[in-house]
Amino acid sequence: MSTVTTSRSIKVTINGTTYEREVEARKLLIHFIRDDLDLTGSHIGCDTGNCGACSVIVDGSLVKSCMLLAVQADGATVETVEGLAHGDELNKLQQAFKDHHALQCGYCTPGMLMSATALLRANPHPSEDEIKKGLQGNICRCTGYWNIFEAVKAASE
Amino acid sequence: MSTTTAPETTEVEAPAQDWKGQSVPRKEDRRLVQGQGVFVDDVKRHGMGYIHFVRSPYAHAHITSIDVSQAEEMPGVYGTLTGEEVAALTDPFFQISSVPGANLKDYALAVGKVRYVGEAVVAVVAETRERARDASELVEIEYEPLAAITDARHAQDDGVPTIHDDAGGNLMWHGTYEWGDLDAAFAEADKIVTIDELHFHRFNSTPLECDGALVEYNRGVGQWTIHTNNQFPGFAAIMMGPAMRTGLDKLRFVTQDIGGGFGNKITSHPQLVACCLLARKLGRAVQWTEWRTDFHMSMSHGNERWFHETEVAVKSDGTLLGFRTKALDDAGAWLRYEPLGGVIWAQVTPGMYKWRNIRVDFTQVATNKAPVSPNRGYSRMQHLWFTERVIDIVAKELDIDPVEMRKRNYIKTEDMPYETPNGCVYDSGDYARMLDIGLELIDYANIDQRRLEATARGKLLGVGIGSTLDSGTNNFGQSRMINSELQFSGNNEVATVKLDIFGEIVVTLGTTPQGQGHETTAAQVVADILKCSVDDVHVRAGHDSYWNSHAGFSGTYASQFAVTGLSAVKGATDLLAAEIKKLAGAVFGGVPEEALELADGGVRIKDNPDAFLPFMACGAIINANNAGLPEDLGVTLNCRYVYRPPFEVPDIERKFGNLTLTYATQIHVAVIEIDPETGAYDIVDYAAVDDCGKRINPQIVEGQVMGATAHALGAATHEHYAYDEDGNLLTPNFYDYHVPHALDMPPLKTAATESPSPFTPLGTKGMGEGGGAGIHAICAAVQDALRGHGDAIVSDSCNPYHRVWEMLQAPAEAGGRVSVVDA
Ligand code: FES
Ligand code: FES
Repeated sequence: MSTVTTSRSIKVTINGTTYEREVEARKLLIHFIRDDLDLTGSHIGCDTGNCGACSVIVDGSLVKSCMLLAVQADGATVETVEGLAHGDELNKLQQAFKDHHALQCGYCTPGMLMSATALLRANPHPSEDEIKKGLQGNICRCTGYWNIFEAVKAASE
Repeated sequence: MSTTTAPETTEVEAPAQDWKGQSVPRKEDRRLVQGQGVFVDDVKRHGMGYIHFVRSPYAHAHITSIDVSQAEEMPGVYGTLTGEEVAALTDPFFQISSVPGANLKDYALAVGKVRYVGEAVVAVVAETRERARDASELVEIEYEPLAAITDARHAQDDGVPTIHDDAGGNLMWHGTYEWGDLDAAFAEADKIVTIDELHFHRFNSTPLECDGALVEYNRGVGQWTIHTNNQFPGFAAIMMGPAMRTGLDKLRFVTQDIGGGFGNKITSHPQLVACCLLARKLGRAVQWTEWRTDFHMSMSHGNERWFHETEVAVKSDGTLLGFRTKALDDAGAWLRYEPLGGVIWAQVTPGMYKWRNIRVDFTQVATNKAPVSPNRGYSRMQHLWFTERVIDIVAKELDIDPVEMRKRNYIKTEDMPYETPNGCVYDSGDYARMLDIGLELIDYANIDQRRLEATARGKLLGVGIGSTLDSGTNNFGQSRMINSELQFSGNNEVATVKLDIFGEIVVTLGTTPQGQGHETTAAQVVADILKCSVDDVHVRAGHDSYWNSHAGFSGTYASQFAVTGLSAVKGATDLLAAEIKKLAGAVFGGVPEEALELADGGVRIKDNPDAFLPFMACGAIINANNAGLPEDLGVTLNCRYVYRPPFEVPDIERKFGNLTLTYATQIHVAVIEIDPETGAYDIVDYAAVDDCGKRINPQIVEGQVMGATAHALGAATHEHYAYDEDGNLLTPNFYDYHVPHALDMPPLKTAATESPSPFTPLGTKGMGEGGGAGIHAICAAVQDALRGHGDAIVSDSCNPYHRVWEMLQAPAEAGGRVSVVDA
């Protein structure tokens, strides 16, 4: 019986730091980020790819990191919520979320921030409808989204 | 004024220039927007094992055999736990119910039988999540399937299977509530309106973070540390301690950030027991993070309730005299917090209306569905939906304008405090004024014009009002109406406030916030008393039962923090302020307290502001430089206060008494447009008016109003835990269970009035659960839009597009059945 390879070494750059780790082939990217690297800012809210709590930016594209295997991110550059602030200083979007009470429990917030970051990069001055479309993949169960729309709008001004 | 048993009135503080009343930015946000919160799944320990629960694929079946040997042999697997072990190591959980529900034998894992799809049967622990999941598939369980009951209406039919043999049938609890004089009311009535059946559907709030725990066992002292997101550790402890045959001090609960709760995280005690047993058995830390599908299948569904044979006594002018109804509650497979839903509704017995003759025959049955547990608006929402439906159905039948109907029957502000027929005391509020504000926000004055415009576009416009009460600060004595043997009553919450050695102001709460901003609002209350900045106040994040800042009812649930939590904070801070003055008086050589004042982060002599002692000096003197202080000084600068609301034990015979301290109010008005071709509808205008007394932080209050509104709109239009007849949940994840997304959100207008509660130290009322108003408003709006288009009666709380379409096609079959007779 030949041995089946079930793990492999990958190299991923997250928020500017390069990590080289052996990972199980079946491990999800979100579990790699949270469990193996202890970057626990990105969250998990579902098991079907619906909630967006795990949203991160991989090589410039917004992805739900529960929908990728860690091995698929080999060689990639990943941005997570931990990379948004400049040192201790919140970035414009983070500050806008705080100012507009766009978070309650804060569980969806990291994913929301990454989706909004991707949206504003692609479209720096989105209309209200474009903001809603940009956040359609992220569930928030606390705020009803209204204050999140306000925050994203404020950050885009 | 018709009050006889109002609690003692306390004076409300003047607001001038306080931190209270301002939308102070939240202290919590800085960490949360940086991904620096600590949620339960973020907590890790060296060598910890991951738990995966093997769950029942059957709604009802005998377990004939369980074989875990293959799973245990898999490399990387640390061990397993079965129901048989649980039954040997623990006692069944204490039951709140009187008989027959009292006889249930509920354990952490299924023992001998499964009773719903998703019930946990075996727990497997392995070195990774993936391994635990793989190993779970190697657990061999043989079942002998039984017929399932999924419709509460047939749970007591002849020949149906019995879910709990110990209870001797599917009836769990029954009670009759009657107040006033029903015979006289029905004799006085001009009309009697009969409503055949109303149905409040099954859903819950689906917090984005699922349940979880990391549990460590300290073998030397026999103590467990439970890092969890359970939102009512006091309740978990009294459930777990006796079952685990251990004292409560051996169960240390720790929380920090919790990703939403909404009541759904109260009843995770069975899983926590499984975690504790495994941590001890395996000699290592274990962690459990619930999968989304597991949450949907097994956690805290909201109470599904039917109302049958409702009869309403009403005068021709719409004056409501009374009603009688038969409520039937579907508890699901276990009574995890139930049958408390069988009394909680009585906090708001008459809704917001003046009728005084009411009879409710309440039955709760078991079904082969997930157990129900508290869900935002717990049990009051169901009852208030019922009263609001009754109002709009009667208004329609009598051809009275729904606004008129409400104003004629609302309890009036001049009657506050108002004692309801069952002895609850509504503290304050002006419902009619709130309704006017709501109507103005949606431009009700021009609604006829807008209706015409909509018609011209081929749309059916409807307006609906939902008025609700968010009763808060429970008197737990109401549980005795469920079971007279229970020894619970009143309520409490704890806070400690201290000055530390360098003058740091440190506040510790007994609560378990899940996004309500307790760190911020507590700091506002403290800063006002100590005359310092909110930035100087350090409020510890989360809950730790080893902080000695909790009591039996500590937690965050049931709309009470602004009363119980903040009153405890106020009490502790007042004590600290007095101690600071006492200390300063001694240091200044015998200056009386009256001659001193707090200001600028310290204490000074009023007439001689140069004599100033900063908090830093106070903290240092007491903690590290105390030689020579008077022996009898009695100052520790570490003050603990337990707030206890003024309650009496209710009269169990008459089912009479004040069941909650405050009654926040919400009036929502919805305008919808239905496309008659498809039944699809848009909410085109929406107003939410809230009154929760004094608002400590208006922005946080508005956030709660918004969130609760979103929950209501989701529930009213889509969210539904639907089961097939074999007991399979049809909506076990966010694919099938559609919660509102960004594009679903209608325009929203909010407004607030402030009617301070005369019964609470800060004039506040607990709030946050008022979203039920949205469900009523949508139901009423749909019914209004269908006027002249089949005239269906809306009889279900969930109205997805296909149901609206059915009501348009076949109003008599798809809508409710109502009759009116002249009395
Ligand atoms: S956890 Fe990735 S979408 Fe929900
Ligand atoms: S803030 Fe709680 S889920 Fe969005």
